[in-house]
Amino acid sequence: MSIFQDANRKQIANRRRVDWLLHILFVIATSVGVLALCALIIDVLVDGVARLQPQLFTEFPSRKADGSGMKSALVGTVYMLLIMLPLSFVLGVGAAIYLEEYAGKNRLTRLIQLNISTLAGVPSIVYGILGLTIFVRLMSLDRSLIAGAFTMTLLVLPIIIVSAQEAIRAVPKSRRDASFALGATKWQTVSRSVIPSSLAGILTGVILAMSRAIGETAPLVMIGALTYVAFLPNSLMDSFTVMPIQIYNWISKPQLEFKELAASGILVLLALLLIMNFSAIMLRNKYQKNV
Amino acid sequence: MQPLIHINKLNLFYTSFHALKDVTLTIPEKAITAFIGPSGCGKSTLLRTLNRMNDMIPGTRIEGSIAIGGTELYSNEVDVETLRKKVGMVFQQPNPFPKSIYDNIAYGPRLHGIRSKQKLDEIVETSLKSAALWDEVKDHLKRSALSISGGQQQRLCIARALAVNPDILLMDEATSALDPISTLKIEELVQELKDRYTIVMVTHNMHQAARVSNQTVFFLSGEVIEYSDTEKLFSNPTDQRTEDYISGRFG
Repeated sequence: MSIFQDANRKQIANRRRVDWLLHILFVIATSVGVLALCALIIDVLVDGVARLQPQLFTEFPSRKADGSGMKSALVGTVYMLLIMLPLSFVLGVGAAIYLEEYAGKNRLTRLIQLNISTLAGVPSIVYGILGLTIFVRLMSLDRSLIAGAFTMTLLVLPIIIVSAQEAIRAVPKSRRDASFALGATKWQTVSRSVIPSSLAGILTGVILAMSRAIGETAPLVMIGALTYVAFLPNSLMDSFTVMPIQIYNWISKPQLEFKELAASGILVLLALLLIMNFSAIMLRNKYQKNV
Repeated sequence: MQPLIHINKLNLFYTSFHALKDVTLTIPEKAITAFIGPSGCGKSTLLRTLNRMNDMIPGTRIEGSIAIGGTELYSNEVDVETLRKKVGMVFQQPNPFPKSIYDNIAYGPRLHGIRSKQKLDEIVETSLKSAALWDEVKDHLKRSALSISGGQQQRLCIARALAVNPDILLMDEATSALDPISTLKIEELVQELKDRYTIVMVTHNMHQAARVSNQTVFFLSGEVIEYSDTEKLFSNPTDQRTEDYISGRFG
């Protein structure tokens, strides 16, 4: 009677059941991550919100929890970012431009490429050992702010290179052709056409790499960043501490008050991460409109 | 019509692929020359040799002679930036930069060192007028070039090419991505431009070649089979293969 008559109802019902089942499975898979993060945030909030007071930002760490703050760690993290950001931006984006625009596509560049991708996955403690050997010992920079910033730069470089390369590769070839056809040199094409078109992607990658760096502890412990710093670094050669180290220091103390302080430190760190990731998203949206 | 471009026994290889075979051809000044032929026949390859855009493809090798006004394009006298300033190009897909209309036109002049705002304003206006786009965009030059229609974008690309003051304009299937009305506008524009520029266009649309061009060149498998006045080529071709192609028997 109808063209739908020969449909195999049973088989369709089966297909739908599989569809529904997998749908549920994917929802569960997603919830695991989200729930874990929620649990973490709630747990930390419960412990730390009471200690989230101005003194956290204005006081140096002390033996008494009540008078303790993380001023030196916060400032250390900010200084670290300020040194790392321009360094890793210039080196990382420079390397990405070289690999994407200038280097020939041959076996050597493929090998370099493979190495960079591998380096992006090397455990951060290994960078710590490298930093200790090269910057602290060989260049005798000691346990200074600059040695820490150099080590962290090495750590984030592969991440920045890979993400900048992806952003640069996403610029359509037709845009380069348009520039070359007007008589542009390679650098003119890169600086006036390719980089403006890929800047949002590049910056997003840089910010995400920075937010990874400010949470890193291991490499800085390795090169000997101090856990108890009751002063602000005045020069690049001063010793320093950063937020995750301060948190680690507090959490390893037996008293409950310090555990609460650690929780409030984590809240500050999370807030900073959130701000950075949010600004990465804003940047992307802003630039995507005119790409 | 004075010949401007002389091509003599030109061979081009992409690594081992022989893309152009013994091409010999002259292209007249201040006229429209159309390259026709089936896909992969080498017409775009030859076009891209005229502004050396092929240089960027690794493994490209060239033998023979290709000269504009007596100067060999692949000799030491020619630097490729100047060549591309003198030989502008419009591509198949409109490819404006994601910048304002003004900055798109000013891109080329700025590359070549023009900084004065007044001079740039002047160039932007004359280029847009030459490309018959001025009246449509003059009130929003600051608007993104991506916000105008595809046909307008392609005329913008023509204006951008004209802004560096070329002698020759290459058009690589410049209307194939456009609707019929936009295509017609570009064809009319090209007719106007031929008084001032030497135009070489690749087209896969034979009717377009017949409508627009003064001289037509027919390519097949990397060879020039025949070239002559457009009227003669379409009404009275000398080679059987040309006749088969223009009468729609293949391609």
